[in-house]
Amino acid sequence: MSNPLTIEARGELEIVITRAFGAPRRLVFDAWTKPELIQQWLGVRGGWTMPVCEVDLRVGGSYRFEWEKGDQRMVMTGEFVELDPPGRMVTTERFEDPWYPGVGLNTYVLEERADATTCMITTRYETKEIRDGVLASPMETGLQESYARLDENLVEIMSHES
Amino acid sequence: MSALADPTRRGILARLCDGRATVSELAGPFDISLPAISRHLKVLERAGLIERERDAQWRPCVLNPEPLRELADWLERYRELWEANFQQLDALLGRLQATSDATAERDPGATGRAVDKQDPQSGTRLS
Repeated sequence: MSNPLTIEARGELEIVITRAFGAPRRLVFDAWTKPELIQQWLGVRGGWTMPVCEVDLRVGGSYRFEWEKGDQRMVMTGEFVELDPPGRMVTTERFEDPWYPGVGLNTYVLEERADATTCMITTRYETKEIRDGVLASPMETGLQESYARLDENLVEIMSHES
Repeated sequence: MSALADPTRRGILARLCDGRATVSELAGPFDISLPAISRHLKVLERAGLIERERDAQWRPCVLNPEPLRELADWLERYRELWEANFQQLDALLGRLQATSDATAERDPGATGRAVDKQDPQSGTRLS
């Protein structure tokens, strides 16, 4: 049984992902920042692998992740803006051949309590339109402003509806 | 402005999930005026979340489920992606802790938490 995952929109620009892990935060922080560990879990499923994982873990240092599946390829790059291991890290992210425009700013906050680590990842997008676009990718532009704030009520509504 | 940010509007949508309703039926559970309800309905209508029936005398409101469904489908995919990532991370953390526990057992003189000492140069491989 895995720990619950929450994903929510916050304010106009942010998406917040929260998840607890049954491990000390030192280890969770390593899993987010050490290439040989990142390559074992991040985005590697359904035939995708991460053959390139370069991490220059210092403020101003950059990282580069390349995923592959057959002849498909996805590249994400960014920089470390703040580093305060093992509790906090801020990075930028940008996709080559992007699925959203501009740069995302990720803030990772790791809190350890009773041998579990809660990891909260806040991604801040450049504009409300981009954030709403990430949340509502397949939808018509004219509808996007309607979905600025989502919560469990919406999922509830859907489960009643269907 | 967000059509879904307001609890009254979410209540209206939830009510409409059970079927069409007139304005006064929708106003029933809420302690607000009919004009206020009408304003909420206009917001939902502009957002494409509901439609007003043209023919019937009382122009009942009906839910337009498609935008909500598309949104929920997408959120579900986004959630599945992260859920899958994090389950792999759970497994990795389990392996790492098992390894460091085994290391600590082989080295009874070790002090402190095994996970803290497994790599003092944590995360600095390429720096």
